Amino acid sequence: MKYTQADFKSDQEVKWCPGCGDHFILNAVQRAMPDVAEIAGRKRSEFVVVSGIGCSSRFPYYMKTYGFHSIHGRANAIATGLKVANPGVSVFVGTGDGDSLAIGGNHFIHAIRRNIDLNVVLFNNEIYGLTKGQYSPTSKLGKITKTSPYVTIEKPFNPGELIIGAKGTFFARSIDVEVDVTRQCLVRAAQHDGFSITEVLQNCVIFNDGAHAVFAKDKASRAAHTILLKDGEKMLFGANKEKGLVLDGFRLKVVTVGEDGYTIDDVLTHDSHEKDTYIHNALAAMKYPEFPVALGVIRDVEDKTYNDEVCRQVEEVKATSKIKCMDDLLNSGETWTIE
Amino acid sequence: MNVKELKDVVIRFSGDSGDGMQLTGTLFSDTAALFGNGISTFPDYPAEIRAPQGTVAGVSGFQVHFGSSRMLTPGDYCDVLIAMNPAALKANVMWLKKDATIILDGDSLDEKSIARAGFKTNDPLEELGIKEYNILTPDITSMTKEVLKDSGLDNKAIVKCKNMFALGICLFLYDKPLDHATAYIRTKFGKKNPAVAEANVAVLNAGWNYAHNTHSFANTYTVQPAELEKGCYRSISGNVATAWGFMAASEKSGRPLFCGSYPITPATVILEELAKHKELGVKTVQAEDEIAGICTSIGAAFGGAFAVTTTSGPGLSLKSEAMGLAVIAELPLVVVDVQRGGPSTGLPTKTEQSDLMQALWGRNGECPMVVLAASSPSDCFDFAFTAGKIAMEHMTPVVLLTDGFIANGSQPWKIPSMSDYPTINPPIITELPEDEPVYMPYKRDEKLARRWALPGTEGLEHRIGGLEKDALKGSVSHDPKNHQLMVHTRAAKVAKVVDYIPEQKVMGPEEGELLVVGWGGTKGHLQATVEKMQAEGKSVALCHFNYINPLPKGVEKIFARYKKIVVCELNEGQFANYLRMNFQQFHYEQYNKCQGLPFTTVELEAKFNELLEK
Repeated sequence: MKYTQADFKSDQEVKWCPGCGDHFILNAVQRAMPDVAEIAGRKRSEFVVVSGIGCSSRFPYYMKTYGFHSIHGRANAIATGLKVANPGVSVFVGTGDGDSLAIGGNHFIHAIRRNIDLNVVLFNNEIYGLTKGQYSPTSKLGKITKTSPYVTIEKPFNPGELIIGAKGTFFARSIDVEVDVTRQCLVRAAQHDGFSITEVLQNCVIFNDGAHAVFAKDKASRAAHTILLKDGEKMLFGANKEKGLVLDGFRLKVVTVGEDGYTIDDVLTHDSHEKDTYIHNALAAMKYPEFPVALGVIRDVEDKTYNDEVCRQVEEVKATSKIKCMDDLLNSGETWTIE
Repeated sequence: MNVKELKDVVIRFSGDSGDGMQLTGTLFSDTAALFGNGISTFPDYPAEIRAPQGTVAGVSGFQVHFGSSRMLTPGDYCDVLIAMNPAALKANVMWLKKDATIILDGDSLDEKSIARAGFKTNDPLEELGIKEYNILTPDITSMTKEVLKDSGLDNKAIVKCKNMFALGICLFLYDKPLDHATAYIRTKFGKKNPAVAEANVAVLNAGWNYAHNTHSFANTYTVQPAELEKGCYRSISGNVATAWGFMAASEKSGRPLFCGSYPITPATVILEELAKHKELGVKTVQAEDEIAGICTSIGAAFGGAFAVTTTSGPGLSLKSEAMGLAVIAELPLVVVDVQRGGPSTGLPTKTEQSDLMQALWGRNGECPMVVLAASSPSDCFDFAFTAGKIAMEHMTPVVLLTDGFIANGSQPWKIPSMSDYPTINPPIITELPEDEPVYMPYKRDEKLARRWALPGTEGLEHRIGGLEKDALKGSVSHDPKNHQLMVHTRAAKVAKVVDYIPEQKVMGPEEGELLVVGWGGTKGHLQATVEKMQAEGKSVALCHFNYINPLPKGVEKIFARYKKIVVCELNEGQFANYLRMNFQQFHYEQYNKCQGLPFTTVELEAKFNELLEK
């Protein structure tokens, strides 16, 4: 019997601020889980949600699965150990821009490098919410916050570029209010065997309201300033899908189909499975206002996973070694007898 | 030539850190062990992999103490010093016995080498005031070159073989066969480079023949085999024993072993050793940093593994926050701290016991953990096993303290049988009990341990974390009384471990003048000193601790039976202060040392005699 959304809701009261984008993300995850479980043939008890610290990291309490709310920045490290030790479970990580890109940045990039099979949901609100409004590693340059009263002087990370630059095997992006896009991305992410990151551009109504509003505030803005990438489909966007992305020399370029000599044939077709990172990186890097912000599954390529390789090595060595138990080991090698 | 019989001998092999002194010393001590001698070894190497050649900073040493009885220490001072250059001589002159024999490579007595070692004159022997010692200066380098002139090896490769010449001399001098060293060399290098293997064997034989033919040595010596307990033995170092003890605990608990760790001197060998043993299902993750080392292990513990992480002092500092998470999440975990000289980077390759307070208290909040300390290379096996047993059965993180001295040192070990070790029974729960409508992750057993519900188990889905837990449901609770209850419960759980560990023992007279108190890796030196003084009829006993938190039962009764108590430790008095906190009624004398070196029995004996006479 297929699970329903309700099967994944815990009995805990959800304590995020009213209007917070996190509510949309929780909704999307709980809606994705029945499909995820069905496709993978998994029971609810085979899912674990791990988090660090921050608003986003309250996530495990609201999921009726196994859960571990850990310490700041360490969710990816804890999830790594969990997956290696117990490879049979499906592990999700709920984390934020502060948790994974600042204090936990090291674990984040190494989890990407190892390609361990975890599914990260990266809540990106470009601010520290739980500590009440300090700039984060994704806050826009020049932003005034409590710790940057004279504006920030640090350039932000674009998570997509960071991930693809580190040869990440899966990167998707959504916007909190686009619940179904998020849900679809998460289902794909869960199917991806390897480290997946789904970045959700999330609105913090209290400390960074409207951070993504220029392209995300309503349907018209999203149609005009975002592009939903789908495999095998032309990269078109706009109210009437009149605009497209083409390659102009080494750069992407926005064109209007039928103008300046550009036809539909010139418009790029999306292929998330292309191993080369070049176009994926360019898509992830697109910024308002010059470009539409890319949504959907941008990159999804196969590679060996760390957890599988650990298990493979263990099995290979087990199969050939003469040592089968501790007594064998204790008596192996150089020993001598005293009569 | 005379053959003299000796009870025990201390040899120190010393040279540049590239001279292969660790291998030379190991081959000698293994040969002695195979012959049946008691042995104890002490590698003493610099922090730099290759410090500038010929300088005192780059001197690497390996001390072997072998004898016709069980050797408790690697020996304070040496009978024989092998010095491959003047710097090695200079670095070790303080460790010579008065009548010591020095074998110095005569070829190294050139102006350049003497200057590099920092001598002011061209006569290092005069400058060091050791002219009256028995000094031999065979031209080891040039004889090695002569032996290998037709070997086809280049000069660099030839000179690298000179340590085998020194080993050959030593094996002759102590009437030992060449078989073990020869077989080892052929196995180690034979496959990759047979020419190098044969060159080393040739030089080894040349060293032996040189010593035999030249009659440079007035005597050779024999050391009878030790009267050790009958059985099968192997040589083991503390770090390897620690790794194997964890593997044994894994086997006895049925929980697969996981080690997340980051390389750090002097603990790295534990990770290296565990990484070898995939045949027994061991999984290791070389993490990106110390924090990830412990955090991957905490994740693995949540996932159902017997999880350990290995480190040394600076790494323990980095792991502090995560150790607190393991305490509040009440997951089984063993953190090994192979202590070294601190603070900060301190003395990475030198031993110390100065992390005790950090292990006990170095975390935010009321954060009790079980703390154990191993006391010899081989008992690292037993305490690693015990640490695992306590962690899993009591659902608590445990700190296991060892130190650079016992971690790198090795000794013969009577091979145990796994049937002699108890089964470990972690409180794993596999289905929802009938009396629980929903799973209560913080419900406890008689040990106050909560149950271990492994992800994947149906019906036991639950959430844990670093926020204060409701005492039963495990959900987040900010209730003041609940917090108080949880603080008390976590402390009581650790305190309750006392019911499951042996009572404190004392070695020596039941009562008397002086009680020597120590903990951890100083046991060999303390025991050797106390036993010697007891044999002289002095009223001295040793009370040595392996269980630090909780302290075993029976301590107060023991302490009350002696007129004086002296707490000896390689720090400035951390255990003494801990005892003052726990047992305020006693007066504690202290003997402390922070030189990055083990105690010497000479200094301990002097201190104890002074206390007896006072």
